[in-house]
Parts: sequence; C-alpha cells; structure tokens
Amino acid sequence: MEIRMEYYLVLSTIMMFAGIYGFFTRRNLLAMLISVELILNSADINFAVFNRFLFPGELEGFFFAMFAIGISAAETAVAIAIIINVYRNIRNIQVRNLKELKF
Amino acid sequence: MIIDYSQMLHLRDELSLTVVLLLVLLFDLFAPARARRWFQTVACGLVCVHAIGGLFPMEGFTLFGGMYVYTPVMTVVKSILAIGTLLVMMQAGEWLRREDTRIKQGEFYFLTLSTLLGMYFMISAGNFLMFFIGLETASVPMAALVAFDKYRHRSYEAGAKYIVSALFASGLMLYGISLVYGTAGTLYFDDIPALLSGTPLQIMAFVFFFSGLAFKMSLVPFHLWTADVYEGAPTGVAAYLSVVSKGAAAFVLFTILTKVFAPIAAQWQWILYGVTIATITVANLFAIRQRNIKRFFAFSSVSQAGYLLLGVVGGTAAGMTALVYYLAVYVAANLAAFGVIAAIEQRTGKVSIDDYAGLYRTNPRLALTMMLALFSLAGIPPFAGFFSKFFIFMAAAGSGYYVLVLIALLNTVVSLYYYLLVVKAMFITPNDSPITAFRSDGCTRLSLAVCVAGILLLGVVSSVQGGIALVSYGMN
Repeated sequence: MEIRMEYYLVLSTIMMFAGIYGFFTRRNLLAMLISVELILNSADINFAVFNRFLFPGELEGFFFAMFAIGISAAETAVAIAIIINVYRNIRNIQVRNLKELKF
Repeated sequence: MIIDYSQMLHLRDELSLTVVLLLVLLFDLFAPARARRWFQTVACGLVCVHAIGGLFPMEGFTLFGGMYVYTPVMTVVKSILAIGTLLVMMQAGEWLRREDTRIKQGEFYFLTLSTLLGMYFMISAGNFLMFFIGLETASVPMAALVAFDKYRHRSYEAGAKYIVSALFASGLMLYGISLVYGTAGTLYFDDIPALLSGTPLQIMAFVFFFSGLAFKMSLVPFHLWTADVYEGAPTGVAAYLSVVSKGAAAFVLFTILTKVFAPIAAQWQWILYGVTIATITVANLFAIRQRNIKRFFAFSSVSQAGYLLLGVVGGTAAGMTALVYYLAVYVAANLAAFGVIAAIEQRTGKVSIDDYAGLYRTNPRLALTMMLALFSLAGIPPFAGFFSKFFIFMAAAGSGYYVLVLIALLNTVVSLYYYLLVVKAMFITPNDSPITAFRSDGCTRLSLAVCVAGILLLGVVSSVQGGIALVSYGMN
C-alpha cells in the first residue's frame, strides 16, 4: 500500500491538537512538558513530510527539523532543571501547589 | 562548495558581544577573590565598550546566502537593546551582592548577555531557521534567569510558569513556520512573499506564527504569564524582560510582518487591529486593581506593548521610525521605574504600592525619578513619552486607522489615572511609617541619572527622531 502525504499530515495534526489539549488539561508539570513535546514533534514531522513529498530536490525542511529537535531538547533540559528545582523545594510537581502568584 | 569564513568578520555587533560574553565567563572562572569585588564594574565596563562600539551604522549588506541581513536601522535597535542591558546590569548590583546570590553573580551576567546575543541574531535574521535559533537563544536562558533565586518560592514558581508558557509558544510558532514552509517551499524571507497568495492554510500558518511571537511580546490574549513572572522574578530580570526582550520581539514582528507576510497584509492588519485594542484596554483595566508594584508594572508594560503594535499595524517607514523611537523612550522610562523599585526592594523588601506612601518625604530624589518615569509612560508633555506617543499615533493615523487611534487615546486617559495613583501615594497620602531614607550604591544612581536624562532629553532633542527616520527609511 502506498502511504500518501495526507496520512502523515493527519497524524501530525492529531498530534498537534492532542498536545494542545493535554497542555490545557494536565495538572502535572511533567505531563504538560510531554504535551508540549507532542506539539514540537508534530511540527518536525510536518517539515520532514513537506520536504520529502513536495520539495524533494532540497534539504531545507530536513535541516530545519534537525535544528528544531536540537533546540527543543535544550529547552526541555532547562524546563526539567526548573521542575527538579520545584520538586526539591516543595516535594511535588502538581500545578495546584504553584499558586502563590495570581491575579 | 567552499565557505568563505572571512564573511564572519562582518558580524561586528555579534562578534564583539561574543568576546564580551567570553571575557565575563573567564573572569568568573579565574578571577581571584580580591578582584571579584569589581565584577560588576568589569562587566558593565565591557558592555559599555561594546555598546559604544556598536553605535555607528554601516552600509547595508547580506551574508551567508541571505541567512543574515543587515540594514542600518538594526544598529539603532541593537544599540538601544545594548544600552538597556547595560542599565539593567548597573541596577542589579545591589541584588547580586546579597549573601545568597553573590556566588552566582557571573551567571547572571553570562545569561543576560547570551539572551542579548540571541536577540541580535533574531533581529538580523533573513531566514526562518536563523530567526528561530535566535529566538530560542533569547528565551531559554531567560527562563533560567527568572528562576534565578532558586530557593524562593516566588522565583521558581515564576520560572516554571515562564518555561512552560515559552515552550508552548515556541511549539505553536514552529507549527506555523512548518505550514509556511509547506505552502511556500522556502524559508528565506526574501523569497517567501512572491509565493504567498493568501490561501486559508497560509492565513492559519500566520495565526500560529503570530501567536508564538505574541507570547514573547505578551499581547492580550497571550499575556497571562506576564504578571506572574514579573512579580516572581528578581526585579532586575523583570526589568530586562519588560524592556529588552519585549523591544526585540516588537521590532522583529514589524520586520517579518512587513517583509515576509506583506502579500496577506489585508488579513493580518485586521488581526492586529483586534489584538491592539484588546491589549491596551484589558491591560489598563487590570492595572487599576493591582496593589503590588511589580504586577502593576507588568500590566503597564503589556499596555505599552499595545502601543508598540500601533506602529506595526500600518507597516510604513513612518511606523518603523515611530516604533524604534518609542522603544528608546520606553527603555529610559521603564528602567527608571524599575531601578527605583529594585533599590527600594533591596533595602526594605517592600513591593506594595501602599508602602510607597510618604516616599517623597524620606527619599525625595527616588520619588521624583519615579514620578518622571510615570509621567513619561503616561505621555505627559514635555517628557519624551509624549513625543513618542505622538509619533506612534501619527504613524497609525497616517495609514488611516482613525478609530484605532481614538480608542488608544481614550486608553491613555485611563492609564494616566492609574499612573497618578502611584504618584498620589508617593506625594500626598500620609503614612506614619514611610520607607526610611537611604542612599543607593553609585552604579544604581548613575543608571537612574542616565534614565532621567533620557526621559528629559529624548523628547526635546529632535535630532534623535530625525536620525532614526533617516535610517529606517531605507528599510522597505
């Protein structure tokens, strides 16, 4: 069976909106981080698929996807460092315990 | 293909900032304990040299096959950002000499300067890849800075909120860029406009991209992190976020909207129209009810970002001049206000507007500086804020947005009300236990003097605005 471009795009769109849904509904910092990773990865899939099917002669999309993976890894590292710091201070990472600053 | 590495030598501002960055890092590693007392002086001196060296515009050029673009107006913007960073570093001295942050002093300078380097590349980007890398270089160390006081609940809470929001924003933006790539097939700013035709997919790509950048600029409805982060972050970092980070994002928004998304201007101008009105109005209404001065200034800076958008919405050379000029004035006024807040917070720990009652009796100079800053932010003549608001309204009106200008003007009245609340507290409200009289360190006083000079002179000396107009005209 031939796998067409639309299949990949449907997958990445589902990932994107699953990520947004998870970001808004999850109440744990790590789960929120995982949801954001879904969004970032869906964009990477888009880049690779567009490049492979629509502009096969070039490498621009692949390069962008590679850089995006590297950058999101760096961001995640900083995010996890901050989350570990939160855990060290209050012994959990539930969002409801981070409520000193509001309104 | 052979890469000509001598091209690198053209990156004057970026190279000199990298050298400063490395020198600060080496000083942090190898300086003996005796010399470390002069750390702030050394770091500020290096940045000062860098800022002065970057003041002179060059001829416009393009490097690396269009990845890096330079136009003379970027010199103006980069100088404003460098001077803003310098002022923040001068004001941060007292906080950094505190017992628990003293050991991390070098990290503060290093992280601040790396975000500045990221902003430089973001401003000069000629390709979405370059832009994205610059943006992330600017925002990842920012999260570390926000969570800098890592044992204080407020600081790490703000850090967690900032990094999660920033990640979400860059995810949205990345998705937007991927759709742009899918429809245009290229990521170069120069090539994209010819390939955009205003299809629904392209408009959706623009909306995603714009929401990512609006997060960084904290425009309504993407502003929800702003107040929390400003309140929780160390005051110096909040000042940096409100001025330098926001200024760079505003300028980049202008260049990308007028350059890359020019073919769908008819669509994005309506989006910007709505966002501008929402930003100015909502931020003003929320600012009225704040009692914490840092939260108050967070909402004030959100509303100022709305005024910056007024310069973007027309997309003309006059709009760019007005935006850059507004930025310069805003740096002076906002850093004066944050300098006063930081000085008072370090000495007394007080951050509530009620605590500022009776400040004029004990610390007349600080109260006067704060008053000048607030008057400039509100746009009262003859201070610089009046002229910057005037030019930005004129630029928007010149493009035919009369209703938008009217709404912004009405909001200026509202903002005058809440800025005067602070002035009233400082000068009129009686207080039995006002903040005691104190004397800040030399660096803070010097930076406040520079800011006050900026507030008083930037408006009166017309050559500043004329000079910006001269270089920004060559932009389109």
